[in-house]
Amino acid sequence: MKYFLQLVLAGLTKGSIYALIALGYTMVYGIIKLINFAHGEIYMIGAFTALIVGGALQITTGLPPLAILAISLAAAIFFSSGYGVTMEKIAYKPLRNAPRLTALISAIGMSLILQNYVLLAQTSDFLPFRSMIPNFPFLTPGKSLVTTTQLVILVTTVIVMVLLTLLIKFTRIGKAMRATSQDKVMAQLVGIDINRVITFTFAIGSATAAIGGVLIANHMGQINFYIGFLAGIKAFVAAVLGGIGSIPGAVLGSLVLGMTESFGAGYISSAYEDAFAFVILIIILIFKPSGLLGRNEIEKV
Amino acid sequence: MKNIFQEIRKSVLSAIWLMILTFPIMVIKVNSFDNVVIWRWKNLMWVGIGTFFLSWLWRFLLDRKENGSGVEKTEIEKKNKFSLRETLSERKVKIPVLSVLAVLVLVFPFFVKFYQVGIMTSALMFVILGLGLNIVIGYGGLLHLGYAAFYAMGAYTYGLMYLYFGLPFWGALPLGAVTGALFGILIGVPVLRLRGDYLAIVTLAFGEISRLLLENMSGFTRGPEGIAQIPRPGFFVKLSLQGATTYLFYISIALVIFTIFVIRRLEDSRIGRALEAMKEDDIAAQSMGIDLAKTKLITFALGAVWAGMVGVVLASKTTYINPGSFTLMESVMILVAVVLGGTGSIPGVILGAFLVTLIPEYFRALADYRMLMFGVALVVMSIFRPQGIIPRVRKRYLVGEEQS
Repeated sequence: MKYFLQLVLAGLTKGSIYALIALGYTMVYGIIKLINFAHGEIYMIGAFTALIVGGALQITTGLPPLAILAISLAAAIFFSSGYGVTMEKIAYKPLRNAPRLTALISAIGMSLILQNYVLLAQTSDFLPFRSMIPNFPFLTPGKSLVTTTQLVILVTTVIVMVLLTLLIKFTRIGKAMRATSQDKVMAQLVGIDINRVITFTFAIGSATAAIGGVLIANHMGQINFYIGFLAGIKAFVAAVLGGIGSIPGAVLGSLVLGMTESFGAGYISSAYEDAFAFVILIIILIFKPSGLLGRNEIEKV
Repeated sequence: MKNIFQEIRKSVLSAIWLMILTFPIMVIKVNSFDNVVIWRWKNLMWVGIGTFFLSWLWRFLLDRKENGSGVEKTEIEKKNKFSLRETLSERKVKIPVLSVLAVLVLVFPFFVKFYQVGIMTSALMFVILGLGLNIVIGYGGLLHLGYAAFYAMGAYTYGLMYLYFGLPFWGALPLGAVTGALFGILIGVPVLRLRGDYLAIVTLAFGEISRLLLENMSGFTRGPEGIAQIPRPGFFVKLSLQGATTYLFYISIALVIFTIFVIRRLEDSRIGRALEAMKEDDIAAQSMGIDLAKTKLITFALGAVWAGMVGVVLASKTTYINPGSFTLMESVMILVAVVLGGTGSIPGVILGAFLVTLIPEYFRALADYRMLMFGVALVVMSIFRPQGIIPRVRKRYLVGEEQS
């Protein structure tokens, strides 16, 4: 029973991280109908920024760990959003009216650029990531069901989701985002600056990915330049699973995917852990291409 | 003059923004074993200077793309302009050029070092891969990101068949092609309903699953260790290493010619036209009586055949294969070759394949920056020249004029 519960918790943790990344995919797709292939790289850059800023602060100053955590998380969010927005300006904005495949190829290029930029500027080795989250005194490592980082990941994800929902439901910019995703031309006609909305969407999506990156780096204890690729693909699978373009869908899809991977690895075979996501993706796209909570799109000539 | 100041201001702003953005990753390097922080301020300067000029160039190119170059060519000028392509396609020129090229290629292995022959063979293999992927992307309009899986199937066909049954190279070559095609259909069936970006992701997923299977079915495929000591092809007798390399070079040349011949025939065939129609608009094509399912499967099979064959050549060239040779990066590199050269254009893809393989080979200093450059190439080409270096010339049917 304990094993089962541990698997559930591991699945939820994984799912939460996927959800934080999948949000970016789904929001961007909802607004400009582009699979932002480089989104996983943003998450990786978030983790790297936290590692670098946190590491530099740990070595050069004597700040308390919580302050370092707060500063490096803020830095990760700021820089990741910056990269996301800049990437959109350079690689996607000139292609807004181009065929979708051209934009996708540009996105693949951007993904290669960011990966190799980090590889060349930093290192290709796995870097140890010292956990910055201090252990909660009420959890004994090894004995309690959850670890501190798992708990932090779950709680943070819930908070981020709630905030994001409030943002989209009740603020002006949230309203503008919803309008833009429904109909770009009409949104412009009623006075919405869609360039601003797109920039904002990339910034928010990148920020949540950065939070995911910092959390997972704390949980796993090591990062390298390539972590974004697999995480990005899996988060994309989660977004498609839930119905791309739908925010609750992305969260649901991520949790389902996290659970499946956790149980698959726990009860079937851990060697194929990464394959489960791909198998699910293929099955979903064959039987219900619009995803669990997605809308059907009708295409006309 | 105001214009210049504005441009300078914009460039300075971009430079400052990128200097801020790249600051943590470019400047700080944390060594957590020795607890030292290395500050690389020089990098920041380079980012600033580089961005200043590149952003200027970028805006200039974007502006030119949107508003045209400003100099409109008149009709007569267009007609009188010397066109390399047209000159080359004239019979008078074409035959001598091709003959010279053929002689050069035939004597090539005798005049250069044997190491160069090996590199050239790799480049030729890449040409075939590019042409194969070009059928799927350029003609069929289906973005395929798992092409390396077909390649792997070919290589493993030879590797495993040799391992278990001692099948020689010439037996494996057609078998590799057949395996490739079958695998193409196998992947094609479940994704029939998908298109565009979904298709790209699912093919990527298939590519990764294939690699994971090859890695984990250790009992059958020998897992990550791979298969070693696969024989090179022999020419009646067992050849020396040098002889076998030269022999493989000629085999690759023959395969390239065969590929080009088949693809040229394909373009104007019924299937080729169906592919073209499907690429333009699949719903319209369907309503014109094209069986989309069949056409898509044919596309995948036709694309995969070449990868299967090249896989066999690869296995015999390197004599060792393992799943690590068939990663997503391999698929992306073939994609770069196609996009860079010109999607749908045979000379374009050939040029693209040579660029992608030979530049990192001959500019060793750039080898580390290879993937970065490919990324830049993909973005820049998508934005400024989506049709590629040598764009495809589409057959035009003129009314009232003599057709050529």
